[in-house]
Amino acid sequence: MAKHATPLLDELEKGPWPSFVTDLKQQAATKPECWDILGQLELSYKDRITHWKHGGIVGVFGYGGGIVGRYSDVPTRFPGVEHFHTVRIAQPSGLYYSTENLRALMDLWEKYGSGVTNMHGSTGDMIFLGTRTENLEPLFWDLTHDLKQDLGGSGSNLRTPSCCLGNSRCEWACYDAQELCNSLTQRYQDEIHRPAFPYKFKFKFSGCPNDCVAAIARSDFAVIGTWKDNIRIDQAAVQKYIANDPEYPANAGAYKGRDWGKFDIQKEVIKLCPTNCMWMEGNELKIDDSECTRCMHCIMSCRAPFVLERSKALPSASAPRPRSLMAPSSPPWSFRSSKSMPKMISRTSLI
Amino acid sequence: MGYDPKNPMEGRITDLGPRYYGDFLPPVIKENKGKWLYHEILEPGILVHVAESGAKVYTVRCGSARLLTVNRIRVYCDIADKYCGGYLRFTTRNNVEFMVDSKEKLEALKAGLQGCKDILPIGGTGACVTNIVHTQGWIHCHTPATDASGPVKAVMDDLFEYFGSMKLPAQVRIALACCLNMCGAVHASDIAILGIHRKPPMIDNDRITGVCEIPLAIASCPLGAVKPAKATNSAGEDVKSVKVNAERCMFCGNCYTMCPAMPLADPEGDGIAILVGGKVSNSKSAPKFSKLVVPFLPNTTPRWPETVDCVRQILVAYAKDAKKYERLGEWAERIGWEKFFEKTGLPFTEKSIDDYRLAYDTWRTTTQFKFTSHTAAYTK
Repeated sequence: MAKHATPLLDELEKGPWPSFVTDLKQQAATKPECWDILGQLELSYKDRITHWKHGGIVGVFGYGGGIVGRYSDVPTRFPGVEHFHTVRIAQPSGLYYSTENLRALMDLWEKYGSGVTNMHGSTGDMIFLGTRTENLEPLFWDLTHDLKQDLGGSGSNLRTPSCCLGNSRCEWACYDAQELCNSLTQRYQDEIHRPAFPYKFKFKFSGCPNDCVAAIARSDFAVIGTWKDNIRIDQAAVQKYIANDPEYPANAGAYKGRDWGKFDIQKEVIKLCPTNCMWMEGNELKIDDSECTRCMHCIMSCRAPFVLERSKALPSASAPRPRSLMAPSSPPWSFRSSKSMPKMISRTSLI
Repeated sequence: MGYDPKNPMEGRITDLGPRYYGDFLPPVIKENKGKWLYHEILEPGILVHVAESGAKVYTVRCGSARLLTVNRIRVYCDIADKYCGGYLRFTTRNNVEFMVDSKEKLEALKAGLQGCKDILPIGGTGACVTNIVHTQGWIHCHTPATDASGPVKAVMDDLFEYFGSMKLPAQVRIALACCLNMCGAVHASDIAILGIHRKPPMIDNDRITGVCEIPLAIASCPLGAVKPAKATNSAGEDVKSVKVNAERCMFCGNCYTMCPAMPLADPEGDGIAILVGGKVSNSKSAPKFSKLVVPFLPNTTPRWPETVDCVRQILVAYAKDAKKYERLGEWAERIGWEKFFEKTGLPFTEKSIDDYRLAYDTWRTTTQFKFTSHTAAYTK
């Protein structure tokens, strides 16, 4: 039985994309405070303005970050969201979970919070959305003692570092992004939990120049994989691509929803190379690696002939040695538009 | 035992950090980490990665609302337990991925997911519109200029055909940030939906003394628009306050972050700006920023039809006109931005012109432009 009428939000139950409104309504059957979340959100849809107050400092003893205080500005109408603090939980690198762990986290959040989450927040943490001040310490106790897990960062501290899935399931990763992300996260626990910086500071780790975690755009300290040495070419596979062999789908099949015509290596790979460092000599594909800026377009177009990182087991030629491009930014760059324009990190050193 | 409020520091554990990722990898991932040879997208949303050992991992990628209850996450867990040996993962764009190690298990998983299409649509791979990266909006944030989950739902409903297919010239990354604090970091997206305020802060003289440090509020303004001032509160008392030079204000909201008595959210003033053409990948062209193309669209709840239509208008023009592999920004740069406005049918406004004092660095310094419908007013 609905506690509040939500005619505006009900419109968001229509359509094929998963509806958060339907989800919240179903959750409200066992977590009645979800009705007050929906009720207050409905009021925001009516008034076209937020109904959360500015700030509020809450946390657990010994930490200055990890929990964001939030209070409703209409608590008498929606007592279930009077306090609606966010708890940020540090995520495992690469966002893999066992269901055992995920279920334990859900049980914890059902016990101490609203039962609403974000998987995941923009910085990368798992976000538990909405609890009361008095629940924070008991939640933290269970989180650390029973689950052996910890809060993430918030405020003017080092925010929880995050990464792409790295070489756990990607052949393009030039270094172990998960391992580096996890190691540095452990190394900087103090900086993550106790705000001592002038402002927020973010680390992000991408395994290759595709930058799936958007490190270059959304971190103060971006680590992006790249490589030295030469790109290896499997000339036999090149012939397969030229012949449009179905065992060798161009672009790993990423464009096959439209008929773009036959794959043409000259037009789609060699001509699109930004440094024009590739050409055919008879049937042989050549690359002048000294001219290559490692944009990876060719590698993504043709999976087999180009290889970034390969174990010694592979028969053809030697493996290139991947190296990571560390790009600490000299002034503290940021992507906020407030105060200053957004900035992208510039390369400062090659380590 | 548990937390004892009488002895809060007793038995406390801190600084554990995240759980080690290695404990959560499915066996086929763990065994082949760092040894993947190649991958292929078998059909929209379904990938296979092949390792040196010959091992394969099949992944089914599904969309999610990001705002998820424990109920729904348990449904994800049920699926992972039934078909995937008890493991799953999320992507950096809020999709959820289910992984199995054989073709047979893949078929079983796909059949199982058929039954929950309404909560786990399959797609988000290759030349598609994948899930929208977004922020909190009115569900949790105190500074938003628009909602996040609502507009995202409305836009993804409208673009649903592009999520489950791979027929675009390249991938199109859409992102939403509900104000220009940019927690969504939309500024390097193919299409960016950005909440903006359009009115200067309103000063609450009853609260400013209690909740603000006046010098901090003054220093917070990048344009020097906030000045100290004497004011009278509602009780008729003189208070130290600030005044805002509205002509200078660019509605960035930094003063409100520093001083809660300077709110600038307003139902009529707040809305959405659209920026396009950004990317983070280094493929072919360098990473680049999105550029402002639509300065304002209203917050028309509950389904933001103006925003939905605008995003579709841009996407359809791009899909029709761009060459294979061209990202939206690469297409706009090839045809020229004046042509971009003509082809998308968007009006061009002076808001797209950089008015920064060093803007002569960014204005065009050639006569190599195109005469389009949008230059007609000056050139006919």
